Amino acid sequence: MNKINREKISELVFNCIKKYQEEYEQIIDIAEGEQTRLFGGNGQLDSLGLVSLVVSIEEEIETELGIAIVLADEKAMSRRTSPFSRIGNLIDYIDELVSS
Amino acid sequence: MNQIILITGSRKGIGRQLAEHFIALGKNVIGCSRSESDLRNELYTHFCLDVTDEVAVKKMFSQIRQKYGHIDILINNAGIASMNHFLLTPLITVEKLFITNFNGTFLCSREASKIMQKKRYGRIINFSSVAVALNLEGEAIYASSKSAVEQLSRVMSKELGGLGITVNCVAPTPIDTDLIKAVPKNKIDELISYQSIKRMGLIDDVINVVDFFINEKSSFISGQTIYLGGIIS
Repeated sequence: MNKINREKISELVFNCIKKYQEEYEQIIDIAEGEQTRLFGGNGQLDSLGLVSLVVSIEEEIETELGIAIVLADEKAMSRRTSPFSRIGNLIDYIDELVSS
Repeated sequence: MNQIILITGSRKGIGRQLAEHFIALGKNVIGCSRSESDLRNELYTHFCLDVTDEVAVKKMFSQIRQKYGHIDILINNAGIASMNHFLLTPLITVEKLFITNFNGTFLCSREASKIMQKKRYGRIINFSSVAVALNLEGEAIYASSKSAVEQLSRVMSKELGGLGITVNCVAPTPIDTDLIKAVPKNKIDELISYQSIKRMGLIDDVINVVDFFINEKSSFISGQTIYLGGIIS
C-alpha cells in the first residue's frame, strides 16, 4: 500500500514540477530523476521558486488524495537533511506525512 | 475578473462595515467569524470558524481556491482587546490576545498568500492600533500583540514582494465598536487628547485607508503602517 502511495506521490511531484516550469517559464533539469537538487546547495530553485512549487504540491495532494498537508512544517525545518534539497527527499517526506 | 475579498471578523464592527462597503461596490466578499452572520447578500459568503484554528482556516482557503480559483485581497480584521495593568494580567489573557491577534493574522496571511502568489497579485491589510505608537499604559499586552502584527507585516512585505503581494497595516484610533465598549470614557478622552486631530475615529476613516492600500495604483506601497488621527509613531 505504502509503495503504491509513494509512486502516486512521485507522479504528483513530477507533474507539479512540469506545471511549475510551464507556468513560470523556468527550466528545472530533472535528468537526475529523484536525485535532482531542488533547493539549497546547488539547488535549481530560489526561495520564491520553492514557495511556488511547495504550494502547488500541497494543492495537488489535497485535490488528488483529499489530504490537507503543510509541507513546510516544524518537522521539515528541523531535519538534518532538508526535504526540499532533492526531489527524492521531498517525495519521501510527503509519503511520510500522508501515511501518518 | 471580479475581485475576491476576504475579511476576517466580519460579523460586526469594522469588519461588517467593510464587508457592506465592498458589497456595495459589487465585489465578491467572503467573511468569517466564530459565529453566524446575519448579513445576507448574493455577493457575500460567510464561514463560521476561529481564525486561530489551523485546520479550519486551511479548509476555508481550500474551499475558496476550489470555488473561485483566486483571492485578491485579505483584510485581517479579526481581533480582541483587553486592558489591564501589566502586574495584574493573567497569562491566559496574554495567550488569548496573541493567539487571536497575531496567530490569526499569520495563519490567514500564509494561506491567502499561497493562493495569491499563483496570480502574482495580492493585497494584505492587517490591523494594528494607535496603542502601539502611544505605548499606552494598561495596554501592554494588546499593544504588544499589535506591535507583533506590524513587525510581521514588515517582514512579510519583503518576503512576498517578489510574489506581487503587498502587505500593509492600518492602525485605527478608538472607534465606537464593541472592541472598546469596556474602556472607560476618561481613558478614551485621554487617548483622543494624544491625537493631532482630536475626535473619535470613524469606520469611514478606516475604510478610506483600506481603499487606498487596495487601490490598483498602490502597487508600490508595502510594509507601511498608517496611524489614524494624526498619531505620529
